[in-house]
Amino acid sequence: MKVLFFAGLRETMGTDAIEIALETPITIGALKHRLQGPDGTSLAVLSEKTPLLAAVDKEMAADDTLVEEASEVAFFPPVTGG
Amino acid sequence: MYRHISIQQEDFSLDAVLTRLKHQCPSSGGLCFFIGAVRDTNLAESVGGLFLEHYPGMTEAQLNRILDDAQSRWPLAGVEVIHRIGALETGDNIVLVAVAAMHRGESFAACEMIMDYLKTQATFWKKEQVASGERWLEARASDGEKLQDWTGVGGDDQPLAD
Repeated sequence: MKVLFFAGLRETMGTDAIEIALETPITIGALKHRLQGPDGTSLAVLSEKTPLLAAVDKEMAADDTLVEEASEVAFFPPVTGG
Repeated sequence: MYRHISIQQEDFSLDAVLTRLKHQCPSSGGLCFFIGAVRDTNLAESVGGLFLEHYPGMTEAQLNRILDDAQSRWPLAGVEVIHRIGALETGDNIVLVAVAAMHRGESFAACEMIMDYLKTQATFWKKEQVASGERWLEARASDGEKLQDWTGVGGDDQPLAD
C-alpha cells in the first residue's frame, strides 16, 4: 500500500511516500500507530501535538476508516490554501 | 453549470476569465470575483514570499465536491476556480473564485461559500519566507468556524432576494 506525506509532515518523515505491505485491512487510527518517523515517533504521537488529517483514495478519512493493500493513503497537516 | 478548475503555476488573467464566463453564461447578470493575494505581513513579520504545494488529484476532487455543494444550494450558471502553486512573491495572485449567476445575491453568497470551503477542504499548504527563515502556515480556527455559518444556507427553501 502506498502512503503519501505532504507539507510539514513530509519534512518530518523525511520522505514524500512509502510503500508498506498490508496482509489484512487496517484502520487509519491503527496505521498511525504503526507508521514512525526517522526518530521513531509514531504518527499517533505526532498527531497529539499537531493535528493531522488523513485521506483515503483522495477523500478525507477518519480514524475508523478501513484501508487495504490497494488503497492510496495520505497524511497531512490541516490545509492552508486560499 | 459551466465549471472550470485549474491548479497552475502561472498567473491568471481576470479579463480572460470574465470573457469566458460571459461567453459560457450569457443569461448571467451578476458576476462575483474573489482574488486572494500574497500579503507582505503575517503574524507581525515581514513576508518575503510563499511556496505553495498541493496533493495532485485530491485537490481537484475536493474543489469539484465544493462546486457540487454550491450548485445544490443556488442556481448558478458558471464557476471558475483557479489556484496557483509553486513559488509566489508578495503581491502575487494566489487564488481566484469567479461565480456567474442571474442575479448578484447568489453570486456573492456562492463566491464566499466556495472560498470558505476551499480554505478548510482543498489540499493546499503554504510555506512562507520570513526574516527568521521558512515556516509552514498553521490553519486558523476561525476558518473552520466559518463553515458552520453555511449549514442550511441556500437551496429551494431559502430563495435569495434579487
